[in-house]
Formats: sequence, structure tokens, C-alpha cells
Amino acid sequence: MNVIEASELGRRYGSTWALRDCTVAIPAGHVAALVGPNGAGKTTLLNLAAGLAAPSAGDVTVLGGQPAGSPVALDGIAFVAQDTPMYKNLSARDMLHLTRNLNRRFDQQYAESRLDELGIPLKRKAGKLSGGQQAQLALTLALARRPRLLVLDEPMAMLDPVARHDFMASVMMAMAADGVSVVLSSHVLSELERVADYLVLMSRGRVQLAGEIDDLLASHRLLTGPAAEADRYAERLSVVHARRGEAQAHLLVRATADEPVPSGWEAHPVGLEELALAYLREPAAAVLPGSRPDSARRRALRSETGQRTEVTK
Amino acid sequence: MTALSVPARREEDASLRPVPWRRMGWVTWRQHRATLAWVIAFLGAAAVLVYLAGRQVYSAHAAAIAACQSASSLTCPGSIIAFNGTNGFLSNGFMLQAIPPLLGAFVGAPLLARELETGTFRYAWTQAFGRWRWTLAKLVPLAVVLATAAGVFSLMLNWYYQPYFVAGNQNLSLTETTPFFPGLFDLRGIGFAAWTLAAFAIGALAGLLIRRVVPAIVATLVAYAALAFAAGGFLRQHYLTPLVTSNLNLPGSAWIISQWWTKGGKFAFSGWPPDRLLQQYCPNGPSGPVGPFGKSKPVAIAECLTPHGYTQWTAYQPASRFWAFQWIEAGWLLVLSVLLIAATVWLVRRRAT
Repeated sequence: MNVIEASELGRRYGSTWALRDCTVAIPAGHVAALVGPNGAGKTTLLNLAAGLAAPSAGDVTVLGGQPAGSPVALDGIAFVAQDTPMYKNLSARDMLHLTRNLNRRFDQQYAESRLDELGIPLKRKAGKLSGGQQAQLALTLALARRPRLLVLDEPMAMLDPVARHDFMASVMMAMAADGVSVVLSSHVLSELERVADYLVLMSRGRVQLAGEIDDLLASHRLLTGPAAEADRYAERLSVVHARRGEAQAHLLVRATADEPVPSGWEAHPVGLEELALAYLREPAAAVLPGSRPDSARRRALRSETGQRTEVTK
Repeated sequence: MTALSVPARREEDASLRPVPWRRMGWVTWRQHRATLAWVIAFLGAAAVLVYLAGRQVYSAHAAAIAACQSASSLTCPGSIIAFNGTNGFLSNGFMLQAIPPLLGAFVGAPLLARELETGTFRYAWTQAFGRWRWTLAKLVPLAVVLATAAGVFSLMLNWYYQPYFVAGNQNLSLTETTPFFPGLFDLRGIGFAAWTLAAFAIGALAGLLIRRVVPAIVATLVAYAALAFAAGGFLRQHYLTPLVTSNLNLPGSAWIISQWWTKGGKFAFSGWPPDRLLQQYCPNGPSGPVGPFGKSKPVAIAECLTPHGYTQWTAYQPASRFWAFQWIEAGWLLVLSVLLIAATVWLVRRRAT
């Protein structure tokens, strides 16, 4: 089951497309990180999935084919929006009560004990809580709904490092205990590296890279070799990004560990951050599950039809 | 961080029943009780002021009636002036006309605009209750409560203005107004509640479209003023076909729509007679005393022209039609309000913003 599935999804604000031709499927059972620079379309994609906005093009379904914003979708998804909007003049207790009244399920006992453990006083107004406490309150409200999918938009933007750690620990605990799928967005990949096992990389309103992080790491390598030869190989390998120094060139290529390495070159496994940055620097490059990207396919075809031997000699 | 309890595994529910409507009752009450308290306090304070002012009007009216029973009474002219001058700021009603738009703008406009401005709609509209049901469950009860409060308050206004409609005031030179007087018509009867409801509905839609509280309030006031001006100035006189009479002595309660003159069965001129005619037939000007203590000027002119074959015709709405007009106006305002609220809910549902 895919918790979020978009096909050729687009959303236009005025004449600018905040999201365009977005095709992506995020499977259930993951903590999926939606990563990209500011303005990449992350919030737009999440708002569309949460049913807050209607698509301008294409469509989006959630929880295994339910239309976004439909009663089943609203019931099964807990959405914590950016900056965790809350009624500032309501107390934490009132926010619990409010959320209980607005949902079919609400685990009051869980919510109260969680706030108690976090040291968030029930009587305190939401507007008087610290940024970290507000985020934790919003997360508590979301988890107490016992969702099938938890969507967090930039949940850590407002938090200090300790609060970030606590927040992510709470999310992971819920994930482990309740089997809730999680989709969370951030413009800082390192925030999510330790918790996410699925990556959706976005830039300029499009999805550039999507897949399980282990698969993505296993299918990319960093080749280091003489700079003089770099151009020649770059023609033939499916290079995502090339970084050239004086003597050495570093090519981030799509290749598995058992593919042979050209002589004179060294292959290294890539880190997630390295991988993401390489793609973000090359907006034309894209890897989506089930299809090889055009540019990579072209290069792959070329190398497969003849000159591959030369490369691997 | 200590180990946290985690919610128990959710049971799969095959039949998904919507969250019951009544659950929104607490939500609406909790989120808007402060607003409602302000509305009640505001109307309550206004009612007290109107009551105190009303006692002055009633006593001045009673004093004038008593003083003028004998025509030669020396205190009669003074008490007439006293009554006619009592609470001059309230007697034409225009100040109280501001209450419905203020209520509508300050209760209706922020309702959605504040959610959109502060971003809390991202919380409210992603809960299982659903966005359009949430909107409906807020708009309808608030509209009903607000209109009811305004309706109750207008009973006070009904009482306050009673002395101005007493038949026979005019003969005593006391102020006698038509119940259709633009400043008073919709303060009384069911008009006040209907206009308040319409202001609220305008505010709700403006808040949704404009998405910011202060501009939405301003837009509501402007839209309301335009609607009220159009209704009072152009629409209302056409609710029912006016009666036409050549009787010169219409009661002060009649609402005169237009006047014209005929001569020999043919249309001569409308409104005020041309100067040429007045110079020819009424060389001394309208004869006799003019103004509040005698025959009104138009009647004097008519008496001067009638012997020369002219007939004055008056199209008017009799005071007896007051309630018919009230129901017509309240009726279309109710329809308009329902349409505006329906449009608001529909736009929220369509995720147009």
C-alpha cells in the first residue's frame, strides 16, 4: 500500500507552479523523508496530500487509493502543519478536548500521560508554551488520533537540538509501537538521516529522487580517478554529478557495487548527504522507482551498445 | 527523555461513520463564547441606554399630550418643542443603523479570516470532522444566535420609537414619522435581525475570500453599506405597488413615493410646480402659515392650484403595509444570507482558497 501516491500532480499559485509533474509513490511502513531546498514544493505536496489544497493538475491519493481530503483520508491521516498552528488562547487541555471532539478516535489517556511526561502543564495556554512544547503538543494531538499516517511538515524548523532529538524520539517510538507510517519534510537532510529509511528528494517543484535509502545508497558509487580521464568516462557512465579537482575527479555515478570499476579509478560507497547534494546540484538528473531517468538511460544505452568494454577495460 | 506510552493499535473500522454533528457544539461554544459574551454585553449596554432614553421620550410625549388637551394651554408649545427635540441623536435612527453591520463585521468576518490568517485552518480542516462540515457547524449556530440576539434587542427599539408613530401626533404638531422612514424601518419589526444576519453572512464570505481579519471587516462594512443603501434608496419602495390618491390630506404615517399633477386628465408636471405656474396662480406665494404649526407647504400650494384645474396625485405606501414590507425585506435578506453561507461552505468544500 502506498500512503501517498501522486501522478503528474501539479499545483499552481497564480502563474507560478509550486509543484509540477510530480509523480511519486511513498509506500507504507516507512519513515519517509521529503527533502529539498526551500521552495522545492514540499509543503505544497504535503498540503495536497492532506487535502488542504486542490490539485491544479494530476491527482493525489493517500492510504492506498483514497482521494486526498476524503473522509477516510482525513480520518486516517494526522497532519502537523508547518509552525504547528494552534489556537493560542486555548489551554493544552482545551486543545485535547477540541481534537477529541473533531475526531472519531482520540486516546485521551495517552495524550494526558504523554503531556505529563513531557512536563507540559494542561492549564497552560498553547500560545504560552515554548516552541518545543508547542511542537510536542501538536505531535501529541496527532498521535492520540491513532493515525495510520503521520504527516509532519518541517516539524523541526522551530526546535533547538535537544527538542529536535526528543521530538524525533517520540516519532520513532510511535512508529515502532503503533506501526504508523510517517512522512516528514525538511530542508536539512542531516536532521532526518538517522530516522528516515525512505527518501523523496525534491527540487524546483519536481521529485528528483525517490526510493528506499538503502537501495539508493547501494545503487550509487563515488568514483575517484585522474581528472584528465573524467570527461571521457563521464560520457559513458551514468554520471549524476562530476566534481573536478586539479588532479583528481570525483564522479558520482549510478552503479551497483558489483559493476566493474575502470582501471585507474577507485570506487567508494556514497553517503546520503553526498548523494542528495549531488542530485540537487544537477536538477536534470532524476531517479524514480521503476524507471531510469532519461539522461541516465541515454548514457546507459550508449554504453551498452558497444563501448562498454572500452570503459571497463 | 523518559519512555513514553504509545497509543494502542487502532482497530480497523470498516464502516466509517462521520463524526457526529453535536461534537461541534462544544467546539463552537468554546471558541466563540468570548465573542458571544461581547455581543451580549454590547447589546445589553445599548439596551440600557435605549431604555433610559426611551423613558425620556415617553414622558415628553405624555407631557405634550396632556399639555395640549386644551388648545389655549400656555405650556403646550413648549412641551411640543421639548418632545420633538428629545434625544435628537436617536430620533432619526441612523446611529443605531450601525449596529447590524458592526455585529456582522466583528463576528462574521474574523470567523474564517482568523483561521486563514493565523494558519490554524491547517489544524482545523485536517481533523476527521471535515472542513465543510466544520464550517457549516460554526456558521449556522452563530448566525442563529446572533440574529436572535439582534431580534431581542430590536424589541427594545420597537418600544422606543412607539411615540413617534402615534396617530394624531401630526395634528398636535408633534413629530410623526412614517414607519417606512429610512432610518427607522429596519430598526423595528424583524428587519433588524434580518439585516444582522445578512451582515454576518457577508462577513463570513468576505473573511474566506480575503483571508485577513482587518481587511475582511472593512470589506464587510463597505458591502453592507452598499446593500443597505440600495435597499433603502431603490428597492424598498417597489416591494408592493404604491397606492395612488388625489387626497391632499394624507396621514403623516404614509410614505410618499412620488407626486405629480394633471390638468384635464393629462399629465402636467411632476413634483414641485414650475415657477412660472406659481407666479401666475399663487402670486403671493403659498398662502397662509407654513411649517410645523400650520398646513404643510405642499398642501397650501395644492389649494392654490386646484381652482385652476390642476389635480395633485400622490403615490404612497400606507403605514398599514409596514408588516408586509418587513416580511418581504426580511425574506429576501434571509434568502441572501442562506445563499452567502451556502457559497462560503461550498467554497471551503471545493478548496478554492
